[in-house]
Amino acid sequence: MTRLLAALFTIAVIVFTRLVTAVQARWLGCVPAPIQRIYYANHASHGDFVLVWTVLPPALRNKTRPVAGADYWRKTFIHRFIALKIFRAVLIDRLRPQCGSNPLAPMIDALDDGASLILFPEGTRNATDTQLLPFKGGIYHLSRRRPDVEMVPVWIANLNRVLPKGEIVPVPLLCTVTFGAPLKFETGEMKADFLARARDALLNLAPGASRNSETG
Amino acid sequence: MTTQEQILAVFGGVVGILVVATIIGRVLRRRASAEGPSPGPSSTIQNLNARINAWWTMVTLIGLAFLFGKIGIIVLSAVLSLAALREFVTLTNTRQGDHWALLAAFFVALPVQYILVWYEWYGLYSIFIPIYAFLLMPVIAVLRGDTQRFLERITEVHWGLMLCVFCLSHVPALLTLDIPGYEGRQLLLIVFLVGVVQTSDVLQYVWGKLAGRRKIAPSVSPAKTVEGFAGGVLSASLLGAGLWWITPFTPWQAALFAFVITMMGFIGGLVMSAIKRDRGVKDWGRTIEGHGGILDRLDSLIFAAPIFFHLVRYFWVP
Repeated sequence: MTRLLAALFTIAVIVFTRLVTAVQARWLGCVPAPIQRIYYANHASHGDFVLVWTVLPPALRNKTRPVAGADYWRKTFIHRFIALKIFRAVLIDRLRPQCGSNPLAPMIDALDDGASLILFPEGTRNATDTQLLPFKGGIYHLSRRRPDVEMVPVWIANLNRVLPKGEIVPVPLLCTVTFGAPLKFETGEMKADFLARARDALLNLAPGASRNSETG
Repeated sequence: MTTQEQILAVFGGVVGILVVATIIGRVLRRRASAEGPSPGPSSTIQNLNARINAWWTMVTLIGLAFLFGKIGIIVLSAVLSLAALREFVTLTNTRQGDHWALLAAFFVALPVQYILVWYEWYGLYSIFIPIYAFLLMPVIAVLRGDTQRFLERITEVHWGLMLCVFCLSHVPALLTLDIPGYEGRQLLLIVFLVGVVQTSDVLQYVWGKLAGRRKIAPSVSPAKTVEGFAGGVLSASLLGAGLWWITPFTPWQAALFAFVITMMGFIGGLVMSAIKRDRGVKDWGRTIEGHGGILDRLDSLIFAAPIFFHLVRYFWVP
């Protein structure tokens, strides 16, 4: 019963997302192949992972799990149903990373199960005018411990305009999701270098990047 | 001939042209792939075939709308307005402070405009967006308190509404014109307008590909040539003259109207190209295979429709 309900919700989410955003995937740096990957994306709207998840072909989507904050997605029954049954999210503890077990452990487990991940290395939604916040270190530790997994930068354009932080009704603007060339952890690479490399690769996919920097 | 028979005759002609175009496209592709296996058909030939295929879809949609009459035309126009407006606003610089104004544009101004056209309330639909939306939308935006790039933002939204909703709604508004001796036949005015605009686009493309030498506006639209422009405008005006029997015009008047329509269409394409160029994109979107976005196909119609509407209204409606 829950499975049927989750399947129906999945279809409803995809149809709704496509109607509102007419989202188009642009696979510039790689092809949608069944390779284990960590898709890391910019984060400006609640719907970000839904958008990435929607444009993945079904075969890949079934093996790809978004990483989300447990503090938010464990709040109510509805939140838990959406996060765990529809998106099969990997929930991580953002609030108390120090105490207790390794916060990376759920992600490592998911990777070892063969899943691909969608994660947002900025750690929180970007409500500023800058394009990208500084990256948190988790993506580095993850890549260092599972260096065979491809890191694919994913730029989500316009969703923050469709549904800005705090708004309820979406404006039906067109969204694109751009997949860049995969990068991999290089043995001995320092944390700051890796994070800078990953961040630059993501920023290079931003469509208006050159124009904004000219005028700004 | 009754109105229905005339519409069927024109659609039959269009289908006939499409069949010929489809055969030509397929022959060109086969010949190109027979010549050399390595490169395959050139991108121009592939694009030509994609365009022809998309034309089948577009003609089918328009035909379906005509089957439903007035409501079909209004619904199709409203959907096209929505699709065009989202393409337009996507390329603008709106911020979170415009969110309510954008919601008002998409979910209030657009449906209200077409409802007014449905009720044939000329006195209101001809000023609703130019006056009421023009003055009230900036108020909605200013209430949010974000003044950064304010003028730029409200101008862009209003331009989007004017082009994609107001101007386009003049196509179904042709149905509301009461021309003596032409009662109940106004659908044919839409056939005339859309037919001339779109064949002018196609003929400019064909003449440009076949005989194009000198660029007409290299900094705005590098694909447009003097030869394509002249050939397209003249042949589309001739075609318009040949369609005089579905209009309330004499052949000469039909030719003149067709000439005005094609000129406006050309200007529209140029203006919209300048906006695309400023935003650093080649097409407005990717909705129609081979053509680009909805706005890439509608740009000329958007500029031609209001002028055609008001010229006919001024000279033919007592």
